[in-house]
Amino acid sequence: MTENEIIPRLTEVFRDVFDDDTIVITPETTADDIEDWDSIEHITLIAAAEEEFKMRFKMGEVSGMKNVGEMISVIAKRGK
Amino acid sequence: MKELEYPLDSGYIMKKRKALKRRLLSSGEERIHKRIAVLGGSTTADIVSVLEIFLLDSGIEPEFYQCGYAQYRNEALFPSKELEEFAPDIVYLHTSRRNLGFVPSPKMTEEQISGGLAEEVAGFERLWDSLAEKFRCPIIQNNFEQPYYRLLGNSDFSDHRGQVNFTMRMNLAFAERAQRREDLYINDINWLSAACGLEKWSAPEYWYMYKYSLNVSCIPELCLQLAAIIRSVFGRNKKAVALDLDNTLWGGIVGDDGAEDLVIGQESADAMAFYEWQSYLRSLKDIGVLLTVCSKNDEENALAGLNHPEGALRPEDFTVIKANWLPKDKNISDMAEEIGILPEAFVFADDNPAERELVRAQLAGVRVPELTEVTDYIRILDRSEYFEVTSLSEDDLNRSEMYKANAQRKILRAGFESYGDYLKSLEMRGEIRPFSPAYIRRIAQLTNKSNQFNLTSVRYTPAQIEEISKSDRYVHLYGRLSDKFGDNGVVSVIIGETDAEDPKMLDILLWLMSCRVLKRDMELAMLDGLVKAARERGFEKLTGIYIPTSKNKMVSELYPGTLGFSPVPSRIDGADMWELDIRKYENKNTVIEIAY
Repeated sequence: MTENEIIPRLTEVFRDVFDDDTIVITPETTADDIEDWDSIEHITLIAAAEEEFKMRFKMGEVSGMKNVGEMISVIAKRGK
Repeated sequence: MKELEYPLDSGYIMKKRKALKRRLLSSGEERIHKRIAVLGGSTTADIVSVLEIFLLDSGIEPEFYQCGYAQYRNEALFPSKELEEFAPDIVYLHTSRRNLGFVPSPKMTEEQISGGLAEEVAGFERLWDSLAEKFRCPIIQNNFEQPYYRLLGNSDFSDHRGQVNFTMRMNLAFAERAQRREDLYINDINWLSAACGLEKWSAPEYWYMYKYSLNVSCIPELCLQLAAIIRSVFGRNKKAVALDLDNTLWGGIVGDDGAEDLVIGQESADAMAFYEWQSYLRSLKDIGVLLTVCSKNDEENALAGLNHPEGALRPEDFTVIKANWLPKDKNISDMAEEIGILPEAFVFADDNPAERELVRAQLAGVRVPELTEVTDYIRILDRSEYFEVTSLSEDDLNRSEMYKANAQRKILRAGFESYGDYLKSLEMRGEIRPFSPAYIRRIAQLTNKSNQFNLTSVRYTPAQIEEISKSDRYVHLYGRLSDKFGDNGVVSVIIGETDAEDPKMLDILLWLMSCRVLKRDMELAMLDGLVKAARERGFEKLTGIYIPTSKNKMVSELYPGTLGFSPVPSRIDGADMWELDIRKYENKNTVIEIAY
């Protein structure tokens, strides 16, 4: 799956989780860019992305994730 | 809200919970406010935010307190100042097998294991005792899920050194404590984790990564079950189910196919499915749920179907049968009126999606499960937990008979010259006495369930009722009523408290009556009883208040009307206040023979 296929779907996931239809994400987006993105919302975000792309993140991938780009690169490998 | 009905789309709820909360809050529904302390042995943040939407959807507006991570034990034994000030209405102890301090190992003796088990149970009992003493509120306690691996294989079940065996023994010990303690309710995660799939429930990465004791995707299931307990404790359960007939209670259309060709019984797979479903409904009736029929049919055909020899239900199992061509929402409202409950106490079961949509749209508050395939009917209705039983009183077991007796009384009434003659013909006998231990649970249950004839709508826990019954600051009475058609059990409760300033004045804190005995002059008998008890204690005056809610309009004029109280300036915002001089009071009830 390519980045261009992933970003629109992942944007919807972000908008649902943070209940904010104005969110726009790029590979460089980090938790600092989105006001409510704390460790608790991170869990919801990961679970929602897993459901959207029918895949599971590995533990190391979740804890080491620094920005949206890293999330996209894992989804690109295993997402559906 | 349809999104929160079983079967749950867990991913959707987890993801959309903020939007769902926003929608629930914008409905403007009137909700009761409850303070819930969540004391966890693992992370609880997402549990609280999902529980919140399930409670909002049940007419409860929660305010939460969460302890620091895994601080449940400290907080229960030595509550923080914040928790003390929070003064919870209910405490939820969210623990799991991750919190077991003792677990058996293969090298231990049977004595060591039994000793460890006793100590572990005693540790939890200390928490419950401490919470009970400090907060006098109901406690919800998780039991334990089974382990997802078995060191001893199948022997893990039968060998006392096995974890499966130990977990069962812990859970049985909790069950036994819950039977003994009035204030303890077990949240059965042992069953729920099995229903969700133990491997899924226990996926350990959620513990390793986030310190969650369960799979995050199981949180909606957990919260549905928790909300059911909380609803039940605070009297927000459903009371009745309105059932469609054709393709809901049996296969086929009785009006077209004829009763003899209906699919019900043991002859085919579908027939068996409908038979088991009818048997399940009959069992619901046995725990006090009222069954009614709401069907587009001629009554004659409906009865022919209900009399099908292979069916499990009979016409007499139903409190009311509405088989006609009126809109179903209208029939449900009419039945609510006839039985004396609120329309929102109904669950509507119908295989027809159009009828379900209609009732959902017309009657907010009526629950409408998605029943589409007969094989799923039992599971969906049961897992929705509309009728969660936290305490099963004698009255619950007899409720169906009592409401049916009500219908018989209505028929009798039609043949009398005056209403007074009718009341006398009922040969009513009452009992009005101070609270006694046998009735504590029922009295607390009534304070939580009665919404219509309830002047102040104050809710009490069994522990508070018990405390009141032991204190001499209060005058407290329960009223029972029976007549020639049957015993209605405890139907009315009054609590009065000595006024803080005037020792000759008794303030009526609570006065409620079950709607099944409306218009029987029981309220007059209760006032007679209250005056008698108050005079014996030297009181000269009664003060009553009326606090309006959306449901108790029927008693807005009780004090100044029939009871003859005079208005006085109110000391409480939004409440009307009246008083009655009782020095020359004469008894008002003439139709019920009362034993004091």
